[in-house]
Amino acid sequence: MAETKEISIGDMGARAGSYHDELQGEDMEINVGPSHPTTHGVLRLLMELDGDIITKCEPIVGYLHRGDEKIAENMTYNQFVPYTDRLDYIAPLANNVTYAMAVEQLAGLELPPRCQAIRLLVTELARISSHLLGIGVYGMDAGAWTPFMYTFTEREKLYGLFEELTGARFTTSYTRIGGVARDVPEGWLQRVLDFCDQHLPILEETTKLLTRNRIFMDRTEGVGVISKEDALAYGITGPNLRACGIDLDLRKDRPYLGYDQYEFDVPVGTTGDCYDRYLVRAEEVRQSIRIVRQVIKNFPDGAWYAEDAKKIYKPAKDKVLTSMEELIQNFMIVTEGPRMPAGEVYFEAENPKGILGFFIVSKGGGVPYRMKIRSPSFCNLSILPKLCPGSYLSDITVLLGSLDFVMGECDR
Amino acid sequence: MNEIVESLQPRFAGIKPRESSDHPAIQCPVGFILPLIECLRDEFDYKLLSDVTAVDWGEEESPRFSVVYHIFSIKAAAHIRIVADCEDDENPSVPSIVSLFPAANWHERETYDMFGIRFEGHPDLRRILMWDEYPYYPLRKEFPLAGIETELPDAEIAEETRAKVLAAPMMGGPFVAKEGEPMSRSEPRAKDQSWTEWSKKTLEEE
Repeated sequence: MAETKEISIGDMGARAGSYHDELQGEDMEINVGPSHPTTHGVLRLLMELDGDIITKCEPIVGYLHRGDEKIAENMTYNQFVPYTDRLDYIAPLANNVTYAMAVEQLAGLELPPRCQAIRLLVTELARISSHLLGIGVYGMDAGAWTPFMYTFTEREKLYGLFEELTGARFTTSYTRIGGVARDVPEGWLQRVLDFCDQHLPILEETTKLLTRNRIFMDRTEGVGVISKEDALAYGITGPNLRACGIDLDLRKDRPYLGYDQYEFDVPVGTTGDCYDRYLVRAEEVRQSIRIVRQVIKNFPDGAWYAEDAKKIYKPAKDKVLTSMEELIQNFMIVTEGPRMPAGEVYFEAENPKGILGFFIVSKGGGVPYRMKIRSPSFCNLSILPKLCPGSYLSDITVLLGSLDFVMGECDR
Repeated sequence: MNEIVESLQPRFAGIKPRESSDHPAIQCPVGFILPLIECLRDEFDYKLLSDVTAVDWGEEESPRFSVVYHIFSIKAAAHIRIVADCEDDENPSVPSIVSLFPAANWHERETYDMFGIRFEGHPDLRRILMWDEYPYYPLRKEFPLAGIETELPDAEIAEETRAKVLAAPMMGGPFVAKEGEPMSRSEPRAKDQSWTEWSKKTLEEE
């Protein structure tokens, strides 16, 4: 029990100065997380409070560290694909694609148009799925429950599409080095189009619940403002960077997978506060739908894997069982892994959460010598010690919600 | 591709172009890291630090550790790779670039955590992913994949529960063929079949 102090009231104005120190109280230290609904996973924030205002914030990460980089050094390139599902587990398809492309760049492999189109399509669907979760959960953090229900219903439909395509709702492991696991099923593209058609009105309805919602605006506008300079200095990427007003989208600036063939806009914020981050995400969903429609409109025919990459992509199963050459080829790829040249490669792609990069050092053979994963959430979170001080404790929920991070990716 | 490297060479004696198939790459002596990166940031518009990491080339190699920086230029939409070999193999260290890029703070802490490379001048060089008292550097090549038995981070809990951080039961895995070996040895066999979940691995074998 704290000791009770007697303070005579009398002339408060005259005493205000002399009693100031006594009335000041102590700074309070508070832990948010590692297991707290605000932190969307296992982030822990150690904060010092002066009343309701944060004076110091130290994020403590690593609770979900699984040693993915060490694991990668000990298995063949294809065996690592399922581990990429578990990085940003909100958008596993986008991780699969980025990882496969990094390895293919090491091999100098060109992909046929159909394979690129499939990959681009699933990346954009993953982006929609990720941003829908981002928006829904963010609304929930700010006290708006309804959008969450809407967006989760929509994500469920996307999961259905993913399951049909990859066999799994969540951990898709869809790509292989040199292609994808299987071609799109019959009629699937039409079902994706149907999803887009029925999704847009629902998206409008959902965003209507937030965009001009007085309470939501009051809680997010002007909160957690990141300046352009800070955003660059701290290596923020993705929608969080674009909300600050910096027009960096690798899909436009360093096009891969044929992004340059499609028309889409890159939404950019003006103030860099929590509200802008929401607006950017909402608009990106609309742009992704625009891209998806264009891709399906001109969906190329042909192979869904690199046919000339005999030492990298596994042959079809029926050929393995009937032909000697394919049997050996299959055996070699399974046991030794895809044949890669020696070298170093660093590949980055615009993932839903930001720029995901893979740095691969190869000494040849089927196992990487070193693989570093540059995860966007890790970099985005590193700004918290700079961003939090000065804001209210109650703003932490919207602040973290607006950054839209995933701890599986941050801790790897 | 290496025009930048050529234009920088007169100013920083000792930097060399590094072999690379994707981005321009510079092999840089440790002493030039700070001025070189500052010059790239201010004069060549490399303003977004993508990544700082390290590579362990193996216990027998010297130099054993290389620190690798990737910096992105938004204007040119291009990366540059800078590689610095640490001079000391036992106690590797490089200068910290946190003063130039605050983003390097966590990257350098992670590299220190995983490789034990010290970043001189870093404001707060602590472990970031592993807990502070952890005694090993997990991404060094001699560290086994299964992990090493270690004390729990909290002494009080350790005493109460008598639990330890245990090596993963991998039944002698991982089940991968080693690269570059003949077919007969390339089948996916366990690297070490002497231990399973039921017969524990003894410490000497590490």
